[in-house]
Amino acid sequence: MTYREHEGPYFGDYGGRWMPESLVAALDELEETFRKAKADPVFAEEFQALSRDYTGRPSLLTEVPRFAAEVSGREDGARIFLKREDLNHTGSHKINNVLGQALLARRMGKTRLIAETGAGQHGVATATAAALMGMECVVYMGGADTRRQALNVARMRLLGAEVIPVEHGAKTLKDAINEALRDWVASVDNTHYVLGTVAGPHPFPEMVRYFHQVIGEEAREQILELTGRLPDAVSACVGGGSNAIGLFHGFLDDESVAIYGYEAGGDGIETERHASAITLGRSGVLHGARSYLMQDADGQTVDSHSISAGLDYPSVGPEHAYLADAGRVTYEPVTDAECMTAFEQLCRTEGIIPAIESSHALAGAARLSASWGAEGADKTIMVSLSGRGDKDVETAARWFQMLPGQDDAPEQDESAAQAAEAPQTGVQS
Amino acid sequence: MKTADAIDRAKAEGRRAFIGYLPACYPDLATSVEAAVQLAENGADIIEIGAPYSDPVMDGPVIQQATTEALGNGFRIAELFEVVRQVTERTEAAVVVMIYYNLIDRMGAEEFARSLAEAGGAGAITPDLIPDEAADWMAATEKYGLDRIFLAAPTSSPQRLHRIAADSRGFVYGVSLMGVTGKRAAVSDAAERVVEGTKAAGAERVCVGLGVSTREHVEEIGRYADGVIVGSALVAALRDGGPEAVGTLTAELTGRSS
Ligand SMILES: Cc1ncc(COP(=O)(O)O)c(C=O)c1O
Repeated sequence: MTYREHEGPYFGDYGGRWMPESLVAALDELEETFRKAKADPVFAEEFQALSRDYTGRPSLLTEVPRFAAEVSGREDGARIFLKREDLNHTGSHKINNVLGQALLARRMGKTRLIAETGAGQHGVATATAAALMGMECVVYMGGADTRRQALNVARMRLLGAEVIPVEHGAKTLKDAINEALRDWVASVDNTHYVLGTVAGPHPFPEMVRYFHQVIGEEAREQILELTGRLPDAVSACVGGGSNAIGLFHGFLDDESVAIYGYEAGGDGIETERHASAITLGRSGVLHGARSYLMQDADGQTVDSHSISAGLDYPSVGPEHAYLADAGRVTYEPVTDAECMTAFEQLCRTEGIIPAIESSHALAGAARLSASWGAEGADKTIMVSLSGRGDKDVETAARWFQMLPGQDDAPEQDESAAQAAEAPQTGVQS
Repeated sequence: MKTADAIDRAKAEGRRAFIGYLPACYPDLATSVEAAVQLAENGADIIEIGAPYSDPVMDGPVIQQATTEALGNGFRIAELFEVVRQVTERTEAAVVVMIYYNLIDRMGAEEFARSLAEAGGAGAITPDLIPDEAADWMAATEKYGLDRIFLAAPTSSPQRLHRIAADSRGFVYGVSLMGVTGKRAAVSDAAERVVEGTKAAGAERVCVGLGVSTREHVEEIGRYADGVIVGSALVAALRDGGPEAVGTLTAELTGRSS
């Protein structure tokens, strides 16, 4: 059985196309274009040239011995390596997928790109690709996210994109996707919807994975070269799950490699405020795919919560739901507090400021390493450092009370404060 | 009353069926029932009761605002069946629900179909369910004799239209334009093509909706479709003038007043 070769539309019971009929023709066209491009050496060359000369691939693999010692509490703890997607142009893994889709859009003759964004990294990447290829660009972003990631809003505007804040629902990623879909239904003629993660209707989960596979392929080669063997564990954060699936892909068929995906645990999964769709959700359909979904007893989507805008999503890509059921990947929640500890540790021990999203993967690796104790001595962990933390400086500074005029208690971000006031909409089950 | 009977009854009277949409429990359960009764008394043949949903991707601002308000007031799915039951009891119209699929899925297709049939509902319009994914829903609606109304779009290929026509029961919902619900100034010229294509693919009855808001639109669409569907305009009337305004607008749209 190979996990690596799995194609859509279905991943076990998950995936498919739970979409309005109006969009089916566009999805068919996209699938057809993608299949042809995959078989076309000219496309491969274009994509690789951009990845190399524009993104800066291959991304580095960096060993972080001081961080490893700090989190294991011992000198002979597990070795930790970071796959440095934060060093890509625009600062995260998101650019891999965007360049691939933008090339496909050009092949389809589309002149306008739209995207949703949570942390803003996918929006920035899409605005960047649109500028590079001379296309129009509109990015939908939850109103709460435009405020907590204001710097990325400015970046998108500098790149010539129009940013539309979405002020309904929870005002986060899920609502931005709804709005992007509404735009797309009315604009498919000239517009490609650059979905930013391995969620959504077929062919998005399979296609977005394809454009991120390079992460795992490079990582596998690099770790073999550096250590002479495969890692014992790989770790990535999971929002929709694109950086994770990209890294995992390199190791899914290697039985000796334990694979861990870390979901946003928010205030803790015993509270109502988290984004742990796999850990606590149940099968449902949202945004075109069947997957694990945070929903109430009636099937209404439950609002998710996380300090990281990029993980603040109540569902997850269908392939992750499948890998969870199959038992191939272990998914666990990491709370805001745990991830911010790892964030600070990486800053202080290695001089690398990680994205708060990626800090969930760091915290997971820290947890693993600590649990191994002395047994960790000969072990290695590969972590996806999916993005850099520049966009998060304000959120982190507030968390650590480094802003002028902050009093004792850590302040909640705006969406958290709003949600705390909002009435409970239902029982999650 | 099934939707095909309602459409045929209108035809026998020399009219096209008029189909009106209102969300359940907007602004509250009793008022939403009153508004639906007004719809029927002023000439609606089929009434669509919308189930408020957290992520309504096919809906424009007017309907979104109404359903968000209903959810904010604590709408529960059991109330959808209660609204259907009361409207069925008080009108001669065929009553269908318009519902995003996760609400059906959560309850289980079979259990949902059973509850809907028990409440007197004729069937359901499922805007984010395509026949390709509908195995459970097909089985459940067969079992309980419910209408299954799939959508046909201006971009649907002839092969897809065949499947949509074959798998629908009652009528096919022809989407008049590429976009979400909401008033438009004019009827898109795509609407007539959708009806022609869907009929050529074997559909007996095709009704057209999205963007329809005036008597002129209704007359224009009535020239080629079996029924006309109005949503946002009625919801806006309810919002601004209550059930009475819904009655007035319906009479105008159906040509009972001018
Ligand atoms: C740096 C970074 N990592 C991870 C994510 C989460 O997305 P995914 O789970 O698709 O990798 C985001 C999303 O915005 C991000 O910006």
